[in-house]
Formats: sequence, structure tokens, C-alpha cells
Amino acid sequence: MYFKPTRFDKFVLTINYTLLFLAVLIVVFPLLYVVLGSFMEPTALLNKGISFDPSDYHIEGYKMILTNEAMTRGFINAVFYSVSFTLIQVVVCVCAGYPLSIDNFVGRKFFMTIFLITMFFGGGLIPTFLLVKSLGMLDTVWALILPGAVSVWNIIIARTFFKGIPKELNEAAKVDGASEFRIFYQIIVPLSKPIIFVFALWAFVGQWNAFFDAMIYLDDKKLYPLQLVLRSILIQNQVDPSNMVDIQAMNELKRLSEIMKYASIVISSLPLIIMYPFFQKYFEKGVLVGSLK
Amino acid sequence: MEQILETNNKERHVSNADGEAGLRRSGTLKKNIQYIIKNPMLYVLMAPALILTIIFKYIPMYGVIIAFKDFSYRKGILGSEWVGFDHFVKFINSPNFEVLLMNTLKLSFFGLILGFPVPILMALMLNQVRRAGVKKNIQLFLYAPYFISVVVVVGMIFIFLSPTGLINQIITYFTGKPIMFMSDPEYFRSIYILSGIWQAAGWSSIIYVAALAGVDPEQHNAATIDGANLLQRIWHIDLPTIKPVMAIVFILAAGGIMAVGFEKAFLMQTALNLPTSEIIATYVYKVGLKAGDYSFSAAIGLFETFVNIIMLVLVNYIVKRLNENQGLY
Repeated sequence: MYFKPTRFDKFVLTINYTLLFLAVLIVVFPLLYVVLGSFMEPTALLNKGISFDPSDYHIEGYKMILTNEAMTRGFINAVFYSVSFTLIQVVVCVCAGYPLSIDNFVGRKFFMTIFLITMFFGGGLIPTFLLVKSLGMLDTVWALILPGAVSVWNIIIARTFFKGIPKELNEAAKVDGASEFRIFYQIIVPLSKPIIFVFALWAFVGQWNAFFDAMIYLDDKKLYPLQLVLRSILIQNQVDPSNMVDIQAMNELKRLSEIMKYASIVISSLPLIIMYPFFQKYFEKGVLVGSLK
Repeated sequence: MEQILETNNKERHVSNADGEAGLRRSGTLKKNIQYIIKNPMLYVLMAPALILTIIFKYIPMYGVIIAFKDFSYRKGILGSEWVGFDHFVKFINSPNFEVLLMNTLKLSFFGLILGFPVPILMALMLNQVRRAGVKKNIQLFLYAPYFISVVVVVGMIFIFLSPTGLINQIITYFTGKPIMFMSDPEYFRSIYILSGIWQAAGWSSIIYVAALAGVDPEQHNAATIDGANLLQRIWHIDLPTIKPVMAIVFILAAGGIMAVGFEKAFLMQTALNLPTSEIIATYVYKVGLKAGDYSFSAAIGLFETFVNIIMLVLVNYIVKRLNENQGLY
């Protein structure tokens, strides 16, 4: 049934659309500004706004980043850390979710309690740091990957998802003599692609964007992930002059560091921009499954 | 095998009706051991998560006892001397205490009060967009900032708010002099909270959007026939539908009231805005990892956790009272 909106309703809807449009504008403008800024002279961008004069555009910032050793190494490190973290986290959480989804799994409640407690209590920064240190994991990849590898949230989501898989599949396989493990990797895992994608998305994005663990656990600059390099460029304003050729004036250095800021933001967001539409259709699904329980 | 299938079936009926009841009846020790022997692979699947949790979550929980000791590397956690509540007393009596606590509470309190309604409004507005395609596209834009890293967001804040940045160009145009946003303690909280809303409001609305999808259109039709206008329908139909979700989100947010986004506050700190930007978490980091005062710092961290738990219980109680017994637990 469809009702023709009254004049008042139309008025409210108009305001509604206007506000939504404003919200989108507020969200998009800073992002667009940064992208434009990465191709433009910073002063030109500030004084003229969006310019239609091709001479205002250049790719100097990108050239600098590609020749900047810290940036390229940070990028490669970040890819390595993010991919390995994603693999480990997804495997660990999906595997743990399966037994917990079986109703008569002995010890289910006990294990679940062990996991749930960690959602509310934790040792905190210092004891965790001391542990990582005493395990000899400082300045290794493991310090970034292992402490966060178990996501209780993901385990709960996986468990809820597995519970929704029709039990008949499970039983049919059992009658045919399949072991629990075989049921897991031949029936459950292939059916779980949606949640595996969602987990992978979150794990990758989370690790890609993380800087804090790297900051406290890594001393060696060669191991720095991209976000730590970005931090020194964007926030601490440290641009290594040795990576640039022929700089005489301080102004030039300042100008270059300004250009580099915009370009480095864009470069660092590239993997996320590429993944964004691809994972888009799983967004709501993931949150929906998660909010069920 | 048959036996397992049988219990499986029986229990499913029970667990469908009432969650955990099945397990309680699941039989004797002997049966359990048989099950474990028959299904060792299930336990192997559990093992990695379990071992990692015990090592990286439970051992640090045990390590918290250094908050009550004078930890030194030479003596180790066990060997260090007990000092009881000395570190806590020292922290509470220190001149920093009040400032740190108030900074932390103000930042998260105002963040919660200002940030909580925005996603709800957004979801209610999005819900009125009839064309699915348009709605999807708007959502796509609104979610995007959530995926940007803290470092980049803070970097962008510095770019836009620098004395020669875009915002200050506009301000200078009107008032003649720029505002030193990042070095004036007065602005830290506003910048922190507003940028937080900018980044997360869209994404946080997703859960309300999902809840609103469950509203029966017939309800709206019936209300329209009865002469309710759009605002009345939103107020009396849409809003009550998402009320339980609002309660849960609010309680969880309040439970994390001390766990202010440490990383962002830390990155936004400049030497000059410290009077408002130094919060308990950043202080723990500085005292503990930079100055190496592990025990004192662990005690402050524990204090923070303690306040969080109290808040969670308190807010849950209040919401339960206000919300006809629909709390988190």
C-alpha cells in the first residue's frame, strides 16, 4: 500500500534529504580535499581552491614517497604484518568457534567462560608489555601478531553463524562416517565464506591501521609498519632530509614536507580504498550476525 | 555414534527452548571422557585460541599483582616485595590525580553525550530514504571515515587546523588572526569529540539501521490511516523499535567510559595542550614505558579498569530502572 505523502510529510522529507546531503558533504569534503591536495601545490590549493589550471597539478608528492625509503619499507612491512595477522586471526577464531557451536561439546561452557572473561578483564598495558618482553618477542613480528590473535567477538560471531547451519547436513555427514574434523573443513568452512570475509576485512584493516603495538614493541626502524612512518611525517613533522635531493632553503623543505603529507595519506589508504567496495556487501551482514548475540 | 546422535537430538529440542539447559543434563563423567576420546579433533581446533588466550590474556592478569609490589627486573614478579596499596595511595595523593581523572571523565562523558544521539538520528533519517540504491550510496559515503587510521585522522586534523590551514584561512579572513587550535588546551576536547563523531557516527548508525529494517510497514500504514504525520510515526513507531538497541549501546559505551581512545588522545597531544589532553591512559604509558616505573603505572591502569567496571554496573542499573528492566544483564 502506498500513501501519497501529505504536505507536512513532504516538508519533513525535504529537510531530511537536506540534512543527509549535508552529512555526506561534511564527511566527504575533507577526504576530497586531501586527495586534491596530493596533486596540487599546497599554496595554490589554499588560495585558489579547486583549480582548473593544469599547471597547478603535479605528482611531485608521489614521486617523493616512492623514493622515500622509510615509506616504501613501511608499506611492505605493513602488507606483511597485515596479511599474516589476518591469516592467523581468521584461522584461530573460526577453528575455536566450531566446537563451541556444538551443543553437546564437552566443556563448551567452561571454554566459553574462559574466553568471555577476557572481554571484561585484562592485565592492562604494563603487564602485557612485560610478558611480551620476557617472551623475547620485542623487535619481532610476533609481538604485533600473537597478543591480538584471539578475538572473542569473532569467536562468538562464528559460533552463532555455525549454529545457524542446518543440523541435518552435519548429521548426514556423520551417518556417512565423517569425523568431526572432516565435517568442519569439508562442510562448515566452505559454508562460512561470508563470515570469513568479514573477519578478514576487520583483521586486515585493524592491523593496517594500527601503530601503537608497533610503537611500544619495535625499536628497530627497519621493522616499522607504515602507520609509524606516517606518524613521523604527519604528526611529528619529521621528514628525513637525506632522502631529498638539492635542498637549500628551509622553505623548500617545508613545502616538500607539506606536499608529502597529502600524498602519504592517499598512498596509505590505497589498500583500504581498493578493498572498500569489494567488502561492502558484507558490512551489514557482519554486523547483523554480530548483534544477534 | 548412535548414542551421540540420540543425545544430540534430544538436546536440540531442549536447547531450542532454553539455551544451556541441555548441557547440564549431558550426563556423567564417564560419558564426557568417552566424548573427548571420540572427538579429539574438536579439542585440537580449540587449542590455538585457548593457548593464546591463556598466555596473552591470563598471564598478564596475573602480572597485575606487580601493582601491589615493588617490581624490579632482577627479582622478577614473584620475588619483588609486596607494598600493598602504596602505589594507589601515592597516585591518589599526587597533584596529578584530580586533573587526570577529570580530563579522562570529561573527555569520555562529553564524547558519550554528544556522540550517542548522532548515529541514531542518522539511522532514522536514512530509514526515510525510500530508494534502496540511493540509501546504499549515502551509507557508503558515511561509513568511509571509519576505515581511516587514527594516525591519518589526527594527521588530517593537524593539516586542517594548522595556523595556515584551511579552517584558519577562513577564520583569518573574518577575524584577522588565526586560532592556535592544537596548542590551546581550550580546544582539545572539542576537536577530539567532533572529529570522533565525524569518523564514527556513520558506522555506528549501522546497527540502528539494521534494527529499523525490522519495523513492519503495516504499522506505518495503519498509523497513516489514523492520521499520524511522519514525525509522529518516527517518534511512536521507529524510535520504540530501536530503544532496546539504544540501551545496550549506551551501557556498553558507558562501561568503557575510562577507556577513552588512548591512541587518538596520545597522537593529538602537543606540549602546550597537555593541561586538558593528558588522560589516565596516556599517563600510564608515559610513567610505565617511558619512565620505566612499572609498578606505579600498573596500579594506575588497574585503577582505570576498576572505575570502568563500577561505571558499567552503575549505568546498567540506571538504564534497567528507566527502561522497564531491559538492561544488559
